[in-house]
Amino acid sequence: MTESLDLSHYAKPAGKGTLGMELAVEGVACGGCIARIEGAVKRLPGVTEARLNFTNRRLHVAWADGALKPAQILQALEDSGYHGHPFVPLRAEQEETAQARQLTRCMAVAGFAAMNIMLLSVSVWSGNVTDITPETRDFFHWASGLIALPAAAYAGRPFFASAWRALKSRSLNMDVPISLGVLLALTMSLVETANHAEHAYFDSAVMLLFFLLVGRALDHAMRRKTRAVAGNLAALKADTAHRFAGDELVSVPVAALNAGDRILVKPGESVPADGIILGGTSEIDESLITGETARHKVAAGATIYAGSINYSGALTLQVTAARGSALIDEIEKLLDKASSAKSRTMRLADRASRVYAPIVHVTAALTLVGWLIKGASLHDAVLTAIAVLIITCPCALALAIPAVQVVASGTLFRSNVILNAGDAIERLAEVNTIVFDKTGTLTLPEPQIANAAALDPDLLQRAARLALSSRHPLAIALAREAVMRKPFDGAVEEPGQGVRALIDGAEARLGSAEFCDVVTANDPNASAICFRHRDRFAAIAMTQKLRPDAIDAIRSLRERGYELRILSGDRSEAVAPIALALGIDDWQGCLKPAEKIARIEEWRAHGHRILMVGDGLNDAPSLAAAHVSLSPIGAADVTQAQADAVFVGERLRPVLDAVTTAVCARTLMAQNLWLAAIYNAIAVPIAIAGAVTPLIAALAMSGSSLLVTLNALRARTGGSS
Amino acid sequence: MNVLIYLVPMALGLGLLGLFAFLWALKSGQYSDVDGAALRVLSDDDVEK
Repeated sequence: MTESLDLSHYAKPAGKGTLGMELAVEGVACGGCIARIEGAVKRLPGVTEARLNFTNRRLHVAWADGALKPAQILQALEDSGYHGHPFVPLRAEQEETAQARQLTRCMAVAGFAAMNIMLLSVSVWSGNVTDITPETRDFFHWASGLIALPAAAYAGRPFFASAWRALKSRSLNMDVPISLGVLLALTMSLVETANHAEHAYFDSAVMLLFFLLVGRALDHAMRRKTRAVAGNLAALKADTAHRFAGDELVSVPVAALNAGDRILVKPGESVPADGIILGGTSEIDESLITGETARHKVAAGATIYAGSINYSGALTLQVTAARGSALIDEIEKLLDKASSAKSRTMRLADRASRVYAPIVHVTAALTLVGWLIKGASLHDAVLTAIAVLIITCPCALALAIPAVQVVASGTLFRSNVILNAGDAIERLAEVNTIVFDKTGTLTLPEPQIANAAALDPDLLQRAARLALSSRHPLAIALAREAVMRKPFDGAVEEPGQGVRALIDGAEARLGSAEFCDVVTANDPNASAICFRHRDRFAAIAMTQKLRPDAIDAIRSLRERGYELRILSGDRSEAVAPIALALGIDDWQGCLKPAEKIARIEEWRAHGHRILMVGDGLNDAPSLAAAHVSLSPIGAADVTQAQADAVFVGERLRPVLDAVTTAVCARTLMAQNLWLAAIYNAIAVPIAIAGAVTPLIAALAMSGSSLLVTLNALRARTGGSS
Repeated sequence: MNVLIYLVPMALGLGLLGLFAFLWALKSGQYSDVDGAALRVLSDDDVEK
């Protein structure tokens, strides 16, 4: 290869004259891979560090500046059988990692403090009913205070900061009663301790923080996991472009392209950026953008868009818009509109807290006033009001939803569904209508052989093996059939026509009908690729095939009472047979993105809650417009960013699993909220009556938290059994 | 009960030791790749082949 690969875009200074790069690695399957990958990279000259993170399949490499080219690292990985994809870590991801660390540290401190204070508190409680001396009790209370105050100051920061932000913007969130409860409990306990009282509330305040932090850390861990998977997928999809530097070609990451660059798009590659064709003719497939599967011819002067696939000839492009493609911009505008419409639906937890926070404050205030009116001393009245505040603080409520979300997202992960949005589970559970896109969603993204049964298997194998030498998308799809993965020696690709090679002393050809001199019947729903060897020939029909379990999955969904529809950008003749095979009567083809949104909006207005399952750029806006969305992986970047969840693999079953798990999780969330409500219904009157001792508060709080967490674990089965 | 005066701080000191050990482990990245750590223990990377 004469073309050089320039990856300097990804290399970042890593201190002490070294450069560092992050790679997402494909094909890491077992423990042995760790040693193989790190070994291969470390053998390169100048590499100072190579460490594979097995959990998120990422490799960090550092090397002395100038000692090697980043491309050599990719080559080393390639030689040991892995694909590496360099990427620049997203700032959002780094921030989340920092936040997660902060939360874990807070949780550790709160946990330590809660355990030790409990140790002291239990002694006081048992001492109070036996023979503890007032001096010992005071000592224990002071010791508790000594642990609680610094611990709360440290571990409470996430709550205090968020409560302060809410108050500054003149609103209330869940963190306001939490912060208020903790601060008041600590102050009151200090006053009580100084007055040699029997009870102090240090334990309640710190336990409250601990349980809440556990809930937040769980919630955070789930989101970070999906973020990492999504980041890797984005890296896998980041392509390189061939840029002309003078007369030479240099491979650069697409992200490094600028408007005005001249680039070459080889046959079989996807177009990296919008541009005007300067030279060459080809056929391009815009199915990713428009959903239309038929290819059309382009020549010099035509404008083509990023995401199209170049089929037959090499094209020289003048880049007009790098990254922000004109068409993608258009789609993103629609996206913005559609997503702002979605933010009207609020998360269950937010809804609960919006109602709950004022109730807590009002109840505590009423308790204070009530006791004062009844003639209690200010000291007793305040003490009771604080007890109400602590006992109503939403420990169980804070765990109720995140715990279920974490367990359910784990279940979904095992059935190959990766969540993008935390509240996707709630919205998935509310769905009653499922709308599918056709191309790449109901059908597999790559074309499949339609007439395999009619072909001579031996001939097909030879054709598939010859196809290994071609970069044509149809040939790449055909090549997957090859059992022998070794290409024929001396195979030559004739751009735009096909490949030829000598097999057993005679020339074999694979390619267009003319190239192979074969006459084929013209089927509008399939593309033919022909093969000729001596006097034997075959016309292999390649077509978009249904996902293998599509019919079963669709039937199960219908049995569960979902209304099913198809909205496709493809021609109606191509959609009809698919709809017929699946038994979906309600379908429409030839739709532009805006028309799809219009249909979805119309159905929404009629009370349908829509799950949109789609891939392709043309679906991105309708994914955002729907109540909730799912995308198969392999879909365009924009779509992945927009979908609430993505699914992996060839099967359609994850769609079924996603909705059933979500329904199950939603039930558990509701149960958990009810459990929390019942707990409050019992505990609050006791607190208002002034009968809550710290012992009761502690028992009630940990009891309800445990109950809620155990209930959440039932989401493991996901309701699919 | 005077023994408590130094027993309680000692208990706290031990607890703090545990806390700092955890914070150190977190900071030095012991929890950043939990799946990998389980597999690395089985590899013979310290044995020259």
